[in-house]
Amino acid sequence: MIKIEDLSVYYKWKDQEIMALDRLSIDIKSGEIYTFIGPSGCGKSTLLYVLSGIKKEYEGRVSINGRDIDPKAQRIGLILQNYGLVPWKTVYQNAMLGRKIKKEPTVMDEYSRYIFQRLGIDDLLHRYPKELSGGQQQRVAIARAFLLKPDLLLMDEPFSALDAITREEIQELFLNIWKEHQVTTVFITHSVDEALYLGSNIVVLSPAPGRVLGNIKNPCFMMDNLRSRDEYQLMSNQLRNSIKH
Amino acid sequence: MFSKEKTLGAMLGGIILMLAWYLLALLVDRPIIPNPIDVFIQIGEIFQVKMAVHVAYSLMRIVEGVAIAFLIGVPLGFMMGYFEKADRILAPLIYFSYPIPKIALLPIIMVLFGLGETSKIIMIVLIIVFQIIITARDAVKDIPAQTFYSLQSLGAGKLQIFTEIVAPAALPEVLTATRLALGTAISILFFTETFGTQYGMGFFIMDSWLRVNYLDMYAGIVVLSFIGFCLFVSIDYLERKICSWR
Repeated sequence: MIKIEDLSVYYKWKDQEIMALDRLSIDIKSGEIYTFIGPSGCGKSTLLYVLSGIKKEYEGRVSINGRDIDPKAQRIGLILQNYGLVPWKTVYQNAMLGRKIKKEPTVMDEYSRYIFQRLGIDDLLHRYPKELSGGQQQRVAIARAFLLKPDLLLMDEPFSALDAITREEIQELFLNIWKEHQVTTVFITHSVDEALYLGSNIVVLSPAPGRVLGNIKNPCFMMDNLRSRDEYQLMSNQLRNSIKH
Repeated sequence: MFSKEKTLGAMLGGIILMLAWYLLALLVDRPIIPNPIDVFIQIGEIFQVKMAVHVAYSLMRIVEGVAIAFLIGVPLGFMMGYFEKADRILAPLIYFSYPIPKIALLPIIMVLFGLGETSKIIMIVLIIVFQIIITARDAVKDIPAQTFYSLQSLGAGKLQIFTEIVAPAALPEVLTATRLALGTAISILFFTETFGTQYGMGFFIMDSWLRVNYLDMYAGIVVLSFIGFCLFVSIDYLERKICSWR
């Protein structure tokens, strides 16, 4: 479980201190996907940077399974909007980067072969990122995260740079792989649709500085043909309203 | 490694250059501009007899100078780009010493280090090292913060971040800067070889000039240019080989 208590984060900007998160408190249960939704600039990404150990200056307490955040000790998979691939490594090297940093073997094993196949990138392993489409690059980023077998998966609007068709395809693919592993996931999005489709829990954040406006158990999670159902429309409207307020 | 088109283009450029030279020689029709055919015949005749030793000296100086500048400039630049503190301390120093015409320091260097090899190489290093430092630093600073995020979240140490991101990301630009600095290095080499030595292409060219042996002089200029061209192409090749991902 991730326990966040009174988390406040400030940014320095032109000698001013700007508050990005305002005493945010929430418990994130293990084995669930929490989608965080809120207007732009509400500090969603900041929250992710704190959880991933990138941002170290903050007030309040944050713990993962009872321990302080330490990227060296924990296995954190981070998937960013711009994919976070390094251009001078091949697809294979990029996907194995997590293991390499953790000083683990980077040879192809059964699990990695399975993940590559599952994500449909097993034919692209020797290519460089610039030779791939956005959708393919994001598949590589997902592969990297899952190959790490993370304790915690952090995703910052990972699909928002993709076109609508590719986005729905990858959302579905991600959810299917996720089901097999049930990694605790924090998923940042600004799309109501995405929050509903991927989140077992949906957290609504206020405009900046970010506070928790609502933490809803998503009744639509893992429903078949979700997007054509009444529940979806209902929840969707409810969410949109709560974001506006 | 090199495309056919590029090689063809280079050859075409060479031919046009030779043609222009030939026409100029016909037009001016004075010994100061001999025609290229005579010059190339001259190179064939004198290269082994009296030019090779000068070529060896010049080549050694330039390779040493550029290599030392690279070995000093790249780590320093990377450090400044990566550690804010190092940049804060060193940037003003670089900033103020960059515009000094270092070639004007030659008399001082010569008094301190003598007329020999050391001061020649120091001059080359002194002049090109700044370009390399500044390019290396800026190349590191230009790496987007997000590139580092994935590695930080994986708990990568400073050394890992350096070998996985900083070095490979900044190397292409550093190599380009080195390639460009090479032109400058050859000019400085020529200048420093005009005194305090009896070896080197600079000496050879000026000596031929003083003896009014224009064919030898031109042979020297052509060979020195060719040395520069070869070094330029080698770094270009290295750049492509290392940075094939671009």
